[in-house]
Amino acid sequence: MSHAVSEAPASTTGSKKKAKPVLSEGKKAERKLGLMLCAPAAFVMIAVTGYPIIYSVWLSLQRYDLRFPAQQKFIWFDNYAAVLTNSYWWTAFGTTMLLTVVSVIIEFVLGMALALIMHRTLVARGLIRTVALIPYGIVTVVAAFSWYYAWTPKTGYLANLLAPGSALLTDKVPSLLIIVLAEVWKTTPFMALLLMAGLALVPDDLLKAASMDGANAWQRFTKVMLPVMKPAILVALLFRTLDAFRIFDNIFVLTNGAQDTSSVSMQTYNNLVKGLNLGIGSTMAVLIFITVAIIAFLFIKVFGTAAPGSDDGGKR
Amino acid sequence: MVMGGAVTTGRKVRWGLVDILVLVFALVPVLWVVSLSFKTKATLTDGSFIPNEWTLQNYADIFVTTEFIRALVNSIGIAIIATVIAVTLGTMAAYAIARLDFPGKQILVGMSLLIAMFPQVSLVTPLFNIERELGLFDTWPGLILPYITFALPLSIYTLSAFFREIPWELEKAAKMDGATPAQAFRKVIAPLAAPGVFTTAILVFIFCWNDFLFAISLTSTEASRTVPAALSFFTGSSQFEDPTGTISAAAVVITIPIILFVLFFQRRIVAGLTSGAVKG
Repeated sequence: MSHAVSEAPASTTGSKKKAKPVLSEGKKAERKLGLMLCAPAAFVMIAVTGYPIIYSVWLSLQRYDLRFPAQQKFIWFDNYAAVLTNSYWWTAFGTTMLLTVVSVIIEFVLGMALALIMHRTLVARGLIRTVALIPYGIVTVVAAFSWYYAWTPKTGYLANLLAPGSALLTDKVPSLLIIVLAEVWKTTPFMALLLMAGLALVPDDLLKAASMDGANAWQRFTKVMLPVMKPAILVALLFRTLDAFRIFDNIFVLTNGAQDTSSVSMQTYNNLVKGLNLGIGSTMAVLIFITVAIIAFLFIKVFGTAAPGSDDGGKR
Repeated sequence: MVMGGAVTTGRKVRWGLVDILVLVFALVPVLWVVSLSFKTKATLTDGSFIPNEWTLQNYADIFVTTEFIRALVNSIGIAIIATVIAVTLGTMAAYAIARLDFPGKQILVGMSLLIAMFPQVSLVTPLFNIERELGLFDTWPGLILPYITFALPLSIYTLSAFFREIPWELEKAAKMDGATPAQAFRKVIAPLAAPGVFTTAILVFIFCWNDFLFAISLTSTEASRTVPAALSFFTGSSQFEDPTGTISAAAVVITIPIILFVLFFQRRIVAGLTSGAVKG
């Protein structure tokens, strides 16, 4: 068939046509149209992320506090030294890492279970898929308030049920668990949908053949399904890990960062809104950006070339 | 779909039980907020899952204050404008990515992926200062711009995946049959592309509707504060009043559109989410 199909692979494998020295009129027109159609989107994305990040690096090298604008001064890496020797920063960093790792692991296990349920259930498949989308779609702040009230002594059904009389959200460990619960509830469906798309790629024949050869359900899952699903798993884990690392809404509502439950995003926000310290805030912004880049890099290293955006990436 | 063994009643019952577990998991937190929003002030702290006394007072309370109505107008306006712009720009770019050959396509795809993973908080401090200097702080465009930016990768990915599935040769066929290019587009291509565009619009809208970080950092007054941000500033009608009931009522109101989308467009949303992420 066609143009669309033969073009699609070319788009992801890079343009072999670049090597051609002479371009026909039609090709030239096509290039021009392509560039023109992409220009507005590219411009907005660069203007709103690229420039601020560079500006942020510049700000991070200055002493810049909106309360004392007269003291603005270029101070090289002093802000970085200040942040990196600050125990609050490291506590928040540790908390964020911990929340990310724990919630992504739980989400992956639950998400896989939910994906299998949505894929295989005999009864009410449409209903299950619809209901599973609700946590995905719901406003995070709303969900966070629901959990907050559920765990508030007296008001909440869960607080009364599980630990009558104690205010769990005023202790560090229970608070962190509740934050993980809220994260997991909200994002497991998204994970499950991505995994379900991977599940759909597992050929039924392959499973049947494995079954004939005497593989039990667990062996079929680990030896047949998981390898086929690897690209989908990578995408799901990568997206969720980076998303979990920016956790903000849930913590803001549930504990507002009390008892060392604050995340790096909360710290940056507090610095900006309460401290109005642009120098320190930008330093944190740059550090978070670097951390996220490292996480993404490690993921792609560990999982190899099956990464999205790389050559055989999402095409499967 | 099912391998090994016939579909027995026993299997159905077991799946039914698993399904109920999923339903409870997904719905309980939502129903809890709904329940709170219908409780009277006296019974708010009884901890009962089902209200003992029902009232609509909480809803009446939020709709008499400008605090909530204003935030609702901001939320709706900002989300719709951002969605329209992001989907329009995204459609143009996705069409080019799916159908045309041009230099820099790889870069654009890579850039979208980077932005999809970008830590949004890294932009909060610099954007705060840039918008303050440009006079965009605490205005609608001040929120619409970052929303468009973070919605664009989502639109480009989802739409280009949809566009690749369209049988474009139909366009040629229509032209051969004597249709003008405009007719071919309007009668053949647009109806085929519309579901993808529509799905993308829903996903982008949900994203904008949900945002809290930008909403709370780049606004300071009712002029542009959206509902999620306003919720966190809610106090009762007097400052000594517990805002639980009113927060819950407001929370239910902003959840309604999401529930409607999910109910009516479940299939499309699932298709949109997965095509964008898996097919790349």
